[in-house]
Amino acid sequence: MTTPANLQKRIQRVEMCDIVKRFPGVLANNKVCIEVNAGEVLALLGENGAGKSTLMRQLYGLYRPDGGQILIDGQPQVFHSPADAIAAGIGMIHQHFMLVPTLTVAQNVALGLKSSREPQLDLERVSKRIQELAQAYGLKVDPEAYVWQLSVGEQQRVEIIKALYRGASIIILDEPTAVLTPQEVNDLFVTLKRMTQEGHGLVFISHKLHEVMAISDRIAVLRDGQMIGSRPAKGVTRDDLVKMMVGREVKPLAPQPLQTGPVCLGISGLRAMGDRGTEALRGVDLEIHASEIVGVAGVSGNGQRELAQCLAGLRKNTAGTIQLNGQDITQASLLERMAAGQSYIPEERMRDGAIREFSVQENLFLRDHAAPQYTNGIFLNFARMAARTREVIQQYSIKAPGGDTPIKNLSGGNIQKLIMARELSRQPKALIAAQPTRGVDIGATEYIHQRLLEQRANGTAILLISEDLDEIRTLSDRIAVMYEGQIIGIVARGEATVEQIGLMMAGIPLQETRAKASA
Amino acid sequence: MPPESHPRSQKSWLDDWKDLAFRAALPFLAMLAALLIGAIVLAFLKVNPLTAYAAIVTGVFGSMSGFTQSLVKATPLLLVGLGICIAFRASMINIGAEGQIILGALGATAWSLAFRNWPGWILLPTTLIASFIAGAAWGFVPGFLKARFRVNEILSTVMMNAIALQLMNLLIRGPLIDQAGVTAGTYLAQSEKLPESVWLTRLIPQTLLHTGAILAVILAVVVYIFLWRTTIGFRIRAVGLNPDASRYAGVNVPAYQALSLTLAGGFAGLAGAVEVMGVHHRLLEGITSGYGFSGIVAALFGGLHPLGLIPASWLFGSLLVGADKMQRAVQVPSALIDTLLGLVVLFVVGSAYISQRWAARRAIAVSKAGKEAEA
Repeated sequence: MTTPANLQKRIQRVEMCDIVKRFPGVLANNKVCIEVNAGEVLALLGENGAGKSTLMRQLYGLYRPDGGQILIDGQPQVFHSPADAIAAGIGMIHQHFMLVPTLTVAQNVALGLKSSREPQLDLERVSKRIQELAQAYGLKVDPEAYVWQLSVGEQQRVEIIKALYRGASIIILDEPTAVLTPQEVNDLFVTLKRMTQEGHGLVFISHKLHEVMAISDRIAVLRDGQMIGSRPAKGVTRDDLVKMMVGREVKPLAPQPLQTGPVCLGISGLRAMGDRGTEALRGVDLEIHASEIVGVAGVSGNGQRELAQCLAGLRKNTAGTIQLNGQDITQASLLERMAAGQSYIPEERMRDGAIREFSVQENLFLRDHAAPQYTNGIFLNFARMAARTREVIQQYSIKAPGGDTPIKNLSGGNIQKLIMARELSRQPKALIAAQPTRGVDIGATEYIHQRLLEQRANGTAILLISEDLDEIRTLSDRIAVMYEGQIIGIVARGEATVEQIGLMMAGIPLQETRAKASA
Repeated sequence: MPPESHPRSQKSWLDDWKDLAFRAALPFLAMLAALLIGAIVLAFLKVNPLTAYAAIVTGVFGSMSGFTQSLVKATPLLLVGLGICIAFRASMINIGAEGQIILGALGATAWSLAFRNWPGWILLPTTLIASFIAGAAWGFVPGFLKARFRVNEILSTVMMNAIALQLMNLLIRGPLIDQAGVTAGTYLAQSEKLPESVWLTRLIPQTLLHTGAILAVILAVVVYIFLWRTTIGFRIRAVGLNPDASRYAGVNVPAYQALSLTLAGGFAGLAGAVEVMGVHHRLLEGITSGYGFSGIVAALFGGLHPLGLIPASWLFGSLLVGADKMQRAVQVPSALIDTLLGLVVLFVVGSAYISQRWAARRAIAVSKAGKEAEA
């Protein structure tokens, strides 16, 4: 039995016509029209803040549109809540999973649904149904497993099962690949294909071009809340899409190889505990030379964050040493490390990197406000600070009305430029850049990448930690792959394929893959 | 470009002005709303609200004594509020001003009596300093507990109030008791009169208004400069707004949290000092008059800004005096006065929320306008 009863009333076509959604002071969707048909993948492409998620949240009943219509098979619909949307056959897989870790897969799926024999639970029936669905769609899931035991990829499968179980015919996937390894992405794509064959319509929200081009049948591009256009995926090029997304051409970077200098940042045997009390770093050895970018790749949660924090001085290590130009900085404080020539771009920009309510100027001097050239005794020298702020705003092309604007009014990309300005203007010998372009638009990303390469040319040793494998592969001279708190392998630029790096991210060392390949 | 947003971006200067006016007016609107509800309550008590409120106004502005009294009450409110403001900027909630006032008053009393033979020009400033240090010490304890053991400062400051109160009761019945009372056999729980050299000069004869009011205003300006123009103030504000980012920036977050509570205690201590040195000239029971709590409200009313606190504490001082006069004029139970003040607090806190939402909406509009400018 592979065709469950509740899939008989399949939606053939969902249309959103002239959708207008306003937030105070912002027009998030301006007369946007899209349509999704059964059996196709529609990719919704656009930069952060383009209005993709807002549009889909209206389809899922999380927001009510201020104007326009939602039609399902030609019938106008009004969704007051996600419950209405689910009842109509719409499902959504959120970027952050909505699962209860302490419950089993079956319990999670049953959560919020009426049992067939109220008031008792009918978990056996649910489990059986999950297995049917799993088989029908090729989703490997154990209904009895606890969610906390599952990998991120498996949890995502549970979310998909949850949507299917509720009879979703049209499924929205909000940036589903952001948390997956390349292999898991491949598995997901196989599942998605299977789903379209079964007659589901899928909306795939993303800003990763190559994925969008790989999976979708049609690509719709949003920019500034407006529909720029929709193209069949066949025959469209990366440059076309970028142009539609950004509104201008963006040339890919091709960094020239450089003569690297001596070892600048030396990490050996570094161990540290994670927030959950387990050992997050289990002996990390890594050397970064002057004029070199070393990229750290890995599935998130394998110790990259802790590594960055240890290097920054925000987390105590339990063993091992860190050396900066031969000087042992293992025990040094943040300020001492800064004085020794190390800069740090933190992963959580708005939490660690900047203060929302502070002005551009105050944020620019967050770390250096006590420097002698900007103070008279305990008093801040505002005139000098303001002059320097004007310089920096210009130099780093930060788009801000002025130095006294609170940064909560700036875009993510401009805030990141501000943090870059603060960290780079110190002319650091070593730079730790954690997720420098996460959530940043293409224009600003391009700019940040150029700055990092410039810094490399100036002789800085750069440790680039990123979940964006493309970014790592473009910028890094060497790629170190982290797995379960260790560096599982280091490859030079061009030495390994994406697949090989992906396998390393999943814990399989390069030698093994190569041995298999040759065998 | 979305046509809707054009008028907004073009009129942004007008919007800025309207925004400012709205936010400045908000506390007053809140007070008006509180008085309206108070009027209904008064009507239920069969009192003409207009007569009652007229009594407040004439109570404060009708006579020199009423007016100066409002300033006398505003002085400790302002000093306490400055401390609350510093602590709040570091995201520390100081409920311990009552205890810190007591310690300041004790410090001033003990010091000035112990060194009563010193010349006034040295005794007076050192007495003020002693009161500041005593209050600061009382603020330091919860600050230290917070910094070292993550003890919730709201709880610890409240408990420190109880300790301070009993400490004062002990001292003014024991070592500090007025010997005149002992000889007379009344054993009044109050200290000996302070040496006249530390009495704060009365600014207007026949009134209680003393130089402490001027000191408080000067200190408000000092605190403003401290918070916004110095490295220490910068760090205190950074710690309060985002401890994670501050830690990353190399600031010793717990130390600055403790410092803010210590300074808050110091300012409350000064409030205690001006009460004994300027008003009562001795330490007696009930020395705090609840200023430790109303100071928090005044601070909120003043937008937690040292300069905003100056009018806010005067307004609150007036309200205290006026309410007192109203109670006598229209014979309402004193509980009603507390109700009225409570309503004002409720509306002020509520308006702070509205003001925040207003600011958030403005921020979105500004960023939108900024993006338009980029495009």
